[in-house]
Amino acid sequence: MASSFTGSVLAATTQDLHKVAAPEYSQFLRSYLTVFFLAMAAMALVGGTLSLSRVIRPRNPNREKLEAYESGVDPVGTVWAQSQIRYYIFALLFVMFDVEAVFLFPWALRLEEFGVFGLVEMGVFVFILLLGLVYAWRKGVLRWV
Amino acid sequence: MITVLSSALTVVSALGGVTQADGTVPLQVDNSSGPTIDLPAIDWTSTAPILTLVVGAFVLLVVSALLRDRLPKPFMVVGTISTAVLSGLFTIPLWDRVTDGTSAPTIASALNVDGFGVLTSIAILVAIVLAALNADDYLRREQVAHPEFFVLMLLSGSGGLIMAAANDFIVLFLGLEILSIALYVLAGSHVRKAESQESALKYFVLGAFSSAVFLMGIAFTYGATGSTNFGEIRNSVGDYITFQNDAFNIAAVVLLIVGLGFKVAAVPFHMWTPDVYQGAPSPATGYMAGAAKVAGFAGLIRVLVSALGDRTNDWQPVIWVLAVASMVIGSILAVVQTDVKRMMAYSSISHAGFILIGLEASGHDTLNQKGVSGAVFYLIAYTFIVLGTFTVITIVGGRGDSNHSLDAYNGLAKRKPVLALVFTLFLLAQAGVPATSGFMAKFGVISAAVDVKSYALALIAMLSAVIAASFYLRIAVRMYSAEPVSGVSDGTGASALHIAPGARLALFISAVATLLGGILPQLLMHFTDRGLF
Repeated sequence: MASSFTGSVLAATTQDLHKVAAPEYSQFLRSYLTVFFLAMAAMALVGGTLSLSRVIRPRNPNREKLEAYESGVDPVGTVWAQSQIRYYIFALLFVMFDVEAVFLFPWALRLEEFGVFGLVEMGVFVFILLLGLVYAWRKGVLRWV
Repeated sequence: MITVLSSALTVVSALGGVTQADGTVPLQVDNSSGPTIDLPAIDWTSTAPILTLVVGAFVLLVVSALLRDRLPKPFMVVGTISTAVLSGLFTIPLWDRVTDGTSAPTIASALNVDGFGVLTSIAILVAIVLAALNADDYLRREQVAHPEFFVLMLLSGSGGLIMAAANDFIVLFLGLEILSIALYVLAGSHVRKAESQESALKYFVLGAFSSAVFLMGIAFTYGATGSTNFGEIRNSVGDYITFQNDAFNIAAVVLLIVGLGFKVAAVPFHMWTPDVYQGAPSPATGYMAGAAKVAGFAGLIRVLVSALGDRTNDWQPVIWVLAVASMVIGSILAVVQTDVKRMMAYSSISHAGFILIGLEASGHDTLNQKGVSGAVFYLIAYTFIVLGTFTVITIVGGRGDSNHSLDAYNGLAKRKPVLALVFTLFLLAQAGVPATSGFMAKFGVISAAVDVKSYALALIAMLSAVIAASFYLRIAVRMYSAEPVSGVSDGTGASALHIAPGARLALFISAVATLLGGILPQLLMHFTDRGLF
């Protein structure tokens, strides 16, 4: 609601500026003026609401508020806990198949346009990723130690 | 996996128009709207060298993973070398196309089959072969004999070949990334050595940053010219400029030079070089110094001479400054080094300066290709010399790859006379002494500079060559006149230097090529002196 209102005001403002702007400014830079005003509006909005809440909220500092979970289990140990390296390997494998999906979706949407060529190309692509999986399997990455 | 399956389901349902149980049509693809996709004809002969490396790398990786310990020891090195040689054989039909005069951009102008691409590709393949010969024994000695080293070398080589043949900024960037990412891992491939990890991280962070700068340059070029294709950029530069004052184009040129200047280690983008060269495993450093430099210069020359060839006024002064700074700073800083690998890093910076002279000379007149020919000759000669040099460094480095101080070379002539002689040859070649390929290389670029009346640059080049000669000769003097340091560090005593057959072969090939390049340079000039683009 607020954003659409600001947007329309900004559009009007920049349009006016387009009419009066000095000719040495290029059209290219001028189109960034909208971005500039939007950024200004965003900062004003965030700053305004935060400072407003600071003015009107009650202030009651105590120790419990400094904890990570104000309501819940008490944290144990230091924050510098080591995480398992094997999660990193799973993350790596996940990225592999995630990237595969990123390429598969647009290809699937235009399957008929690409035809047999696209099918073969995607087959090659998936096959190469499968080689990676074979490699990971033989390296013992898939075994949960 | 689930996302893949669901996408496969989407495909099936979209094709058949299948309605699901609740009667809704899941996804309708309207094929009547939207542009049809024109698929370019694939020119298999021009991509064969690149594909050979990629397929070879995958085959080697999977076979070595499946059979593991059942493979004979030299399997990886033999496989790597035969892949590289096969890839080299596939460049022969391409060279025929160059001599026929039928070479032209292919695959929707993404790749350009020309003499320049073929020759730089061969230099990269040479680097793969020599580094593989050297790495085989090294990896076993250091107990990091994993097949990944060779596979990564082949893959990064394929990236280099893509850069060498690129005729489009996007293709060039892809090649650059394939080359670089594999190199970052290669730099860190000595897994138990902290310096190796450090160098990998430094190279990665700075390299990723420079890639981003390069990409920004591509974006600016696109903004200024409306194309990423070299040929179209060359035709459109000048009449499609968004800014009246040309700032866009100049920003693009500067960003592109920064991005590629990092890869070729030109001053002032050289800061990573000494640390990375010192920390990386010696065979990987040799490969980096050879292949990455060739590929980086291939990209730089293609971008500046073929894409921005009509805007030489923008880049030629920049290249002049880079060439002078690289030669002078590289030579002077190398003099004060006490670690041979760091010294060779600074020497490679000064060599980058010399190659930039050729580029600068071609900036005066892009139709006169003497500068580019000189640069290509320099790159090929330098590949052999630097790979040979790092083979010697690997041998002298000994177990642990840590014996790289200048003292380690004291009295090498008494311990290993032939090794010392060969190393002297490589050092003299780097210094540019006649009867070595290094002399012909320096002669080529400097005479190209003199031809276009760039006398100041030629003079600075010769002066810095004199400075550089002093530290090359310093190592040679230590080898012949100093006494060996007794009990050289970790038990690898004076006579314990082990030269494996692979390293022997690499040294032999490099030495013969270095001598041939100096005595019968016309063998190579026959290829480099013809019109390369």
